[in-house]
Amino acid sequence: MTFALFVQYALSGITVGSVYAIVAIGFNIIYCTTGIINFAQGEFLIVGAMTAISLAQVAPLPVAILGAVLITTALGAVVELVFIRQVRNASVLRLIIITIGLSILIREAMLHVWDEQVRSLPYFTGTAVSTVTLLGAHISPQVLWVLGVSAVIVTALTLFFRYTTTGRAMRACADDRMAARLCGVNDRWMVTLSFMLSAGIGALAGCVVSPITQTQYDMGAPLAIKGFTVAILGGLGNSMAAVAAGLFLGLLEAFVVSVLPASYKEVVALVVLLLILVFRPSGLFARRETSALRAA
Amino acid sequence: MKRLRIYYPVLAAAILIVLLHLVLAVTGKIYYMTQVTMSAYYALVVIGLCLLMGYAGQISLGHAGFFAIGGYTVAVLTTHNLSHYRAASWAESLRSLGMLVQWRNLYEQDVLSFSPWVAFLAALLLAGVIAVMIGLPVIRLKGHYLAMATLGFGLIIYRIVLGAKLFGQADGISNLPPFHLVGSLQVNGRAPFRVQNYYIAWVAVLAAMVLGLNLIHSRVGRALRSIHQSEEAAHSLGIDTYRYKLATFVLSALLAAVGGALLTHYNGSIGPSEATVMKSVRYVAIVAVGGMANLWGTMVMGVLLNFLSLRGVFGSYDDAVFGAILIGVMLFAPQGLLRVPRLRAIFFVGRASSLAVQKLVRAQRAAVLRTKATCARRSHG
Repeated sequence: MTFALFVQYALSGITVGSVYAIVAIGFNIIYCTTGIINFAQGEFLIVGAMTAISLAQVAPLPVAILGAVLITTALGAVVELVFIRQVRNASVLRLIIITIGLSILIREAMLHVWDEQVRSLPYFTGTAVSTVTLLGAHISPQVLWVLGVSAVIVTALTLFFRYTTTGRAMRACADDRMAARLCGVNDRWMVTLSFMLSAGIGALAGCVVSPITQTQYDMGAPLAIKGFTVAILGGLGNSMAAVAAGLFLGLLEAFVVSVLPASYKEVVALVVLLLILVFRPSGLFARRETSALRAA
Repeated sequence: MKRLRIYYPVLAAAILIVLLHLVLAVTGKIYYMTQVTMSAYYALVVIGLCLLMGYAGQISLGHAGFFAIGGYTVAVLTTHNLSHYRAASWAESLRSLGMLVQWRNLYEQDVLSFSPWVAFLAALLLAGVIAVMIGLPVIRLKGHYLAMATLGFGLIIYRIVLGAKLFGQADGISNLPPFHLVGSLQVNGRAPFRVQNYYIAWVAVLAAMVLGLNLIHSRVGRALRSIHQSEEAAHSLGIDTYRYKLATFVLSALLAAVGGALLTHYNGSIGPSEATVMKSVRYVAIVAVGGMANLWGTMVMGVLLNFLSLRGVFGSYDDAVFGAILIGVMLFAPQGLLRVPRLRAIFFVGRASSLAVQKLVRAQRAAVLRTKATCARRSHG
């Protein structure tokens, strides 16, 4: 493998990996405030991309993307208000089943709205054939967009959770909901907000990656599985570790393609998922005492 | 005599099955029997899943994987042509034992392959071994982790049958021979065999029901229910929760494999669509709408919903219907649809005064505690 080819593989791995990381962060935001794994997380990305594709036909691209993010954020709010809020104190089994049902409904709705055609947003800058040369590798400028937007999302979220009152209130809910409520935090709205936030960043990620990976109504579930694998790898609830884990999985997949047939690429992520669930369900970076708590 | 009471519904079901046959014959809808037969084989899967989800309280999003393992194993073994090795000594000896059979497929080709009985047993063995291998590590997991792990397992099976040449990739495997059970009885999807296959499928379902009923009314069943209610409590009473959960997992996987193997013989073919996650989710939806810990409800719903789906009643909303069922049941009737008191409560009482509700909740909580105690006393008193 030449150095240029190595860079090529590495960059494609980092690109996919950063999308996985954003899906994983979406999982984490909701998991932290509610203890729910939202199986419909992947659908948010596809809804976002599909809406943007439709809006882009009548509006300039940035407006279309903004509109798509807002609409998907609203969808996140609806999901929480209409479904999740109705089942307080439900068992985990029940919540899992509800979010699975939601993912199916959203997917089927998309099938009837946008049919099964593969679509994509136009490239943000340049065209499908334009390239940037980096360390001898030729890459699409869209890759840089993906990396840039992912970096912005992660930084913005970190700042939001650390320095704004709302962000800190959400973290307080994640730590101890009862205590947060006693301090005057409106915990119900924090849950709604967490759904909106993870739907919104999901939609943005879906838009940015759409020119590269294309978008089809049923692509949400595989993304959700990868995102979950990454979330578990990093340790559920640990968003910074999710970034590292996302890049790891993306790179692993990218380099596995050079050894195995491409149709088995999916299996790699699944095997990683099973291995991590079996051997270290608390994640690669978890400390011993926290892992004992989280596995329960 | 009291113990026999749990089997009365089996007798009633048998009578209803014969009645259904008569109704279909009288109304000239005898061709519906084909879909009823197929639905019955799908019901085998949900009966097993009901034991796992409803009684042991463990979710599985990978049961379509076990169904596919059963179906694909018999498909490969009964259609893979070994004529090439006809002269080999191992082929000779297997043939003299009756394990290999010579038959002629739809294209008038001579095929030497494993006999359906050998294939069937091999399918069960394989599904059992895989279930143990997957179950050993995975069944220790809880909640979301277990859901995702079984989902991952199902996806791996799907990817394998879709990717491997041996399994026919996207086309699947077709042209299976009929499965000669005993005498002239055979699992065969062609029209002249419709009636006997209707009864073969139902015998399989009722046998599974008897097995399931036996299990849940035994010491094992009580242990499982106590695991469902509180695993820690069950554990502290000395119930080997891990072993019980694993055993139930393997049993449900075997039932799924039996359903897969028999349906594949009946259809004469199997494709990768049987291994999709959506199939697994459907099975979960059926158990949910059947009432989780309700074998009869699950069985009836399994036959009914699959029948409607196979008849194409749901049209292009097929998957959406199952998604809506999942959400609807979990939101409004987590105990399933087939519980009359609950239906009455929803439709007639509506929003009772909060005081009455609180009273009800308190009474229920007490009842749960009492059951827990009884369960524990009965199985380990």
